Amino acid sequence: MSSDASKGERIRELMATEGDAVAENTRGFNQGRIESTGRLDDYEELKADAREIKEDAIARLPELIDEVRETVEANGGTVYVADDAADANRYITELTAEQRDADRLVKSKSMTSEEIEVNEALEAAGVEVVETDLGEWVLQVADEAPSHIVAPAIHKSREGIAELFAERFDPEDPPETAEELTMFARERLGELIEDADVGMTGANFIAADSGTMLLVTSEGNARKTVTATDTHIAVAGVEKIVPTVEEFAPFVELIGRSGTGQDVTSYISTLTPPVDSPVPDFRNDADPLADGSGDDRDFHLVLIDNGRMAMRDDEQLKETLYCIRCSACSNACGNFQSVGGHAFGGETYSGGIATGWEAGIEGLDTAAEFNDLCTGCSRCVPACPVEIDIPWINTVVRDRINRGEADPGQTDWMFEELVPDEEPGGLDLRTRLVGNYETLAKWGSRTAPVANRLADAGPVRAIAERVAGIDRRRDLPEFASESLVDWFDARGGPRVPVDSAEREAVLYPDTATNYVDVDRGKAAVRALEALDVHVRIPDLPGSGRPPLSQGMIATAESAAEDVYAGLATHVDAGRDVVVIEPSDLAMFRSEYEKFLPEASHERLAEASYDVMEYCFGLLENGGDPAALRAPAEGTGPVASGTRVAYHPHCQARTVGVGEHATAVMEALGYDVRVSDTECCGMAGSFGYKSDYYELSMDVGEPIREQFGDTDRTVVAAGTSCTEQIDALLGDAPMHPVELVAPRE
Amino acid sequence: MSAADRSTFKRRLDSLGVTVTEGPASECEDLVDEAAGDPAVGVALAEEGDDADDGSIALPDRVATDPTTAELRAAHTGVTDASLGVAEYGSVAIEADTAGTEPVSLFVDRHVVVLREGDLVPDMPDAFDWLGPKARDESVDVVFATGPSATADMGGLVHGAHGPKEVHVVLLRGDDAGADENADTTSDSEVTADE
Repeated sequence: MSSDASKGERIRELMATEGDAVAENTRGFNQGRIESTGRLDDYEELKADAREIKEDAIARLPELIDEVRETVEANGGTVYVADDAADANRYITELTAEQRDADRLVKSKSMTSEEIEVNEALEAAGVEVVETDLGEWVLQVADEAPSHIVAPAIHKSREGIAELFAERFDPEDPPETAEELTMFARERLGELIEDADVGMTGANFIAADSGTMLLVTSEGNARKTVTATDTHIAVAGVEKIVPTVEEFAPFVELIGRSGTGQDVTSYISTLTPPVDSPVPDFRNDADPLADGSGDDRDFHLVLIDNGRMAMRDDEQLKETLYCIRCSACSNACGNFQSVGGHAFGGETYSGGIATGWEAGIEGLDTAAEFNDLCTGCSRCVPACPVEIDIPWINTVVRDRINRGEADPGQTDWMFEELVPDEEPGGLDLRTRLVGNYETLAKWGSRTAPVANRLADAGPVRAIAERVAGIDRRRDLPEFASESLVDWFDARGGPRVPVDSAEREAVLYPDTATNYVDVDRGKAAVRALEALDVHVRIPDLPGSGRPPLSQGMIATAESAAEDVYAGLATHVDAGRDVVVIEPSDLAMFRSEYEKFLPEASHERLAEASYDVMEYCFGLLENGGDPAALRAPAEGTGPVASGTRVAYHPHCQARTVGVGEHATAVMEALGYDVRVSDTECCGMAGSFGYKSDYYELSMDVGEPIREQFGDTDRTVVAAGTSCTEQIDALLGDAPMHPVELVAPRE
Repeated sequence: MSAADRSTFKRRLDSLGVTVTEGPASECEDLVDEAAGDPAVGVALAEEGDDADDGSIALPDRVATDPTTAELRAAHTGVTDASLGVAEYGSVAIEADTAGTEPVSLFVDRHVVVLREGDLVPDMPDAFDWLGPKARDESVDVVFATGPSATADMGGLVHGAHGPKEVHVVLLRGDDAGADENADTTSDSEVTADE
C-alpha cells in the first residue's frame, strides 16, 4: 500500500474542509432517492428491466456500434470510435481547431470528456473551452476537480462560490445569494454561449436503432450548447448504447430518482442529430430566426473505447459497464458522505463504482488509491438502478491489487503460522492479519489471559500500530477462555430432545461469537431452546468474511467450501442453520453465490436464518412469546424498562433481515426506536486502521447524535457495530437476542 | 387521455410550480394572451385537421411569430406548442423543429406551452413508444421538459439556471370534453402554484 501516513492525513484534511458540505448534500440526495423511488409502484421491475437492457446491450456491443454508425450516418452525422483518450482528442482537436477554425467551444457536463481530458487538449490547440454547467463552471473558474459525478461542486459552499466570483470577476455589485450567483452565471455564460463556434455534450444513452441520444439535464445548458452552435460534438463511452429508443424509458424513470432524488430532471433531451432547429445568428440578429440554417448543422458522435472493450471481456469488471452514472452508490455510502469524491475517487470517477471504472480505464494503481474506502457494507447494492454488485467489484479489484502489488520484501515469514491463507507470499501484512482473523481468534482464545493482557499493553499496541496499522485508540477484542463450542459440549449438548422439538437447528458458531462474545451465543441457545428448538453447535470453520473484506478471494472461497462441507449433512437432514453474526449470514445468502455451485448456494441460502429472523418465524408459527423475556421481567442492564434503541447491521438491511429484531422486540412489548444510520462505519476491521479511525468515527457520528443521550437500552446485532457503538456512546450494546432470551 | 390523466398531469404541474390554464381551442388566443408577458415571441401552432376546421387555434397578435434573433433575445416570453404531455411526470414534449420551437422555448424567461389534451399520455413508457417510430422514421429531436430550468449548484435551489425561469401550460380541451364542461361556469379553472 502506498504512503499510508499521507493517506490518513489527506482524509483528515478533507473531512475538515469539505466534509460538512459533502455530508449535507449527499445525505439529502440519499434521502431523496429513498422517497422518490418509494413513490414508484414498480421500482423493482424497472430496475430488473434496466439491468436486462444493459446486459443485452453490452453482450451485443460490437453489433450495436455498427448499427449506430449506420443510423447516425443516415441522419447526416459522423461517428468516430476512438481507441483511447489520445485518439479521441486528436479527432476532436483537428475537427475543432483546424477544420472549423473555432475560437471557442462550449460544453455541457460530461464525465467522459473529463476522462479523456479534452479541455486540456483543446486549449493546447488554442481553443477556449467554457464549461456551461454551473457547477462545472465554478470548478473551472476555481481550477478544482469534481467531487461528485452528478453534482461536481457539492464540496463548495455558497459563501465559497461568492468569494470566488468576487475575487475572479470583481463585479460592481458582488452576487451573494444562491439566486444572485445563479443569475450572474446565467448572464455571463449566456454571452459566452452566443459567440461560441462548437458545442460539446456527453450522452447518457444512445439508441442504436435511430441514432438518437438522450441527455439528462436540469439547467438547460445542454439545450443551449446544442442549439446555439452549428457544430455538435457528442462524446460518449461505447457502453452508452442501448438497442432501441423504447428502451430509454426505464432509465428515464430511474436515473433522476436514483441520483438526486428527482422523479425526473427538468430536461430529457432526446436528439437525433444533426438537430433541426435553426442556428440563431446572434451576430446578425436582424434576420429571421427560422432561416433554414438547421440544414447546415454538423454532428459528430465520438464513441470512446479507452479500456471499455477490454472490460467487456473481463468477467468481473464487465458489470461496471452497466453503470448509468446516477451517483446513488456515492450518496448511499457512509464513507463517501464523510469525505466526498476528492478522497473516494480516482482520476475521473468517484464513489463505490469508481473502483471498476478506474481499474478498467486507468489501471489497478489508480483504483488502489481509494479502493480501501469501500468497506463492503453493501448499502449501495439496493440503491443501484442496474443492480450492480458494487462491493464485489471492489473486492475483486482489491484481490488483484493484493496479487499484483505484492512486495516480496515483506517480513511475514515471522507470522506465517498466524496467517495460513491461500494468498501469494508477500501480501501486505496488515491485510493478512485481518484476513486471518479466525486463526488469530482461535490462538487468542487458547491463550486468553495472556493474549488479552498483552493486547492491552502499551508497547504491544505501539508495535501493532506501526507494523499492522491498528489504531491505538481502539479497544481490541477480548478473547474468551472457553469457546461457545466448548461450553456447549461441556453442558452436555442440546437440552430439547429431538422427539419433542418443534424444529432442529444448527447454531453457526461464527468466529466473533465463538471466541469473543460467547455470551450472545449462550443467549441464542437459551432463546431457541425456550421456543422448543433442538439446537446443535458443531465445530465449524469461519465464513470467510474477514479474508473477503481484504480482497483475499481464494481464501474466502476455500472457507465457503469448508463451511458448506461442514453444514451439508445438517441441511440434508432438514436442519435449519441459524446465524448470529449478520455479516456471516450475508456471506451465506449473497457472497457464497460466487464461491459455491449454484445448487449448494441455494440450499444453504434457503436453510439459513438470522437468529432474530428465526425467532420471528417461530413466534409467527405458534411459538409462545411468554417463553422469551418481556420487558417487565428485566433487571440489570434492562432495568430502564421497555425502551430500546436498535441499530440494524448494514448487511442485514441489504439481505432483508434488519427489521425482524424490531418485530420480535415489539411483539414482546418493547418500545423500539430504530437507528436512521445505514452503516455504523466500523465495517469489520476498517475502523481499526490508523488511517481510517477518524473517518470511521465520523461515519458513526449520526448514531451518537440520535442515541447519544438516550436512556434507552441500546442493542445491535453486528460485532463491529457493537465495538463502534461502544466507542461512540461509551457503553457496549448487547445483541437483541440477549435482550429477549430468558435468563440463565 | 382519460380524466384521471388530466388530473394527474395538473397535480404534477402544480407541484412543479407550473401554472396551468384550460379551455377549448377557440379560447386559445385569450388564454395565451393572459399567460404571456411582454415582449413575446412565438412559433405558429401546428395546424391539425380537427382543430384547423374552425380556425380557432391562434396566437394573439402581440406574439411575434417568425421572430428575428434580436426579437428572440429581447423577448420575455416564448410561446410554442407541445407535441405530447406525460401525465405521471407533468412533462411536455418540445420538438426542436425548423420553425425554431426549441430556441423560442429556451432563450426566454417564461415559456408558455400549448398542449392539446388529446396529446396527453399516461406515463413515460407511452412517451417512448410514441417517440420510437418518430425518431427512427423522421429523425425528430424532442426535449421532454418538466417544470422550469433549475440548478442547485450555487448553494440553494434556483429556477432559471440557463433556460426559462417560469413555465405556463395552456391545456386545450378536446371537442368532447369541451362540450361537457362548457356548461360549467368555472370552465376556465386555473391551477396556480403556491409561490
